[in-house]
Amino acid sequence: MLTVGLIHYLILSGVLFSIGFCGVLTQRNVIRIIMCLEIMLNAVNISLIAFSRYIVPEMLTGQIFAIFVMVVAAAEVAVGIAIIFSIYRNRESVDIENFNILKW
Amino acid sequence: MLEELTISITFYLIAAIAVVSALGVIVLRDIFKAALCLVLLFMSVAGVYMMLHADFLAIIQILIYVGAISVLIIVAVMLTRDVRQGFPLSKIKYPAVIVALLLICLIGYGLINTAFALSTKLPLDETIKPIGKQLFSEGGYLLTVEMAAVLLLSAILGAIAIIREK
Repeated sequence: MLTVGLIHYLILSGVLFSIGFCGVLTQRNVIRIIMCLEIMLNAVNISLIAFSRYIVPEMLTGQIFAIFVMVVAAAEVAVGIAIIFSIYRNRESVDIENFNILKW
Repeated sequence: MLEELTISITFYLIAAIAVVSALGVIVLRDIFKAALCLVLLFMSVAGVYMMLHADFLAIIQILIYVGAISVLIIVAVMLTRDVRQGFPLSKIKYPAVIVALLLICLIGYGLINTAFALSTKLPLDETIKPIGKQLFSEGGYLLTVEMAAVLLLSAILGAIAIIREK
């Protein structure tokens, strides 16, 4: 219990992922939803690096995968915030309930 | 023994900061404070990377997340006006909380009942050189690096194209 091992990091990652998941489902502000997405991506990165550290410590596979996750996260935030701004210009709101332009 | 105790105390401290600031992101009414909580979360995740002997990843975490992504999010908070007073939560809030709690229980159950093939080898002392070798060498991840470059370029161009005034 006292010695920190793989399980501890994975549980921390799971807790952070669940908090982010809960936030994505409960919040109505789109910017806050993007923040919660970032929490989820960080949680996944923690578990990738923990697996890499404790299962293949000399291969760094998980760390390289985490780098690419960060690249995708940066691209996602840039495009996501651009979309939010362009909808905000039309609708004057960041409430997810008003983002129904694609609704048929 | 003493070293182990220090490591576990540091881990629990960092984990507590991470969980509390993650809860702050979804609980605080003022979205600017929530964004600051997010910065704290990114820093504590960088601390977790340090504890996992991933020094390069910790630096990258601070550069990209704390330096770039949180600035983008804070700019977005400041440019959208009606965010200060906060919104009520969405209609599915109770099912969402229940599903999230179930998810935690499921993850914990799965972790306790899984035997991981743990390695006893020590981690590498410094990871920058091996990561660079794996990313750019023959038979490594060179194609993926180039695809990441194309992805970033198209994301930049896409963001500019979406946000431009007609």
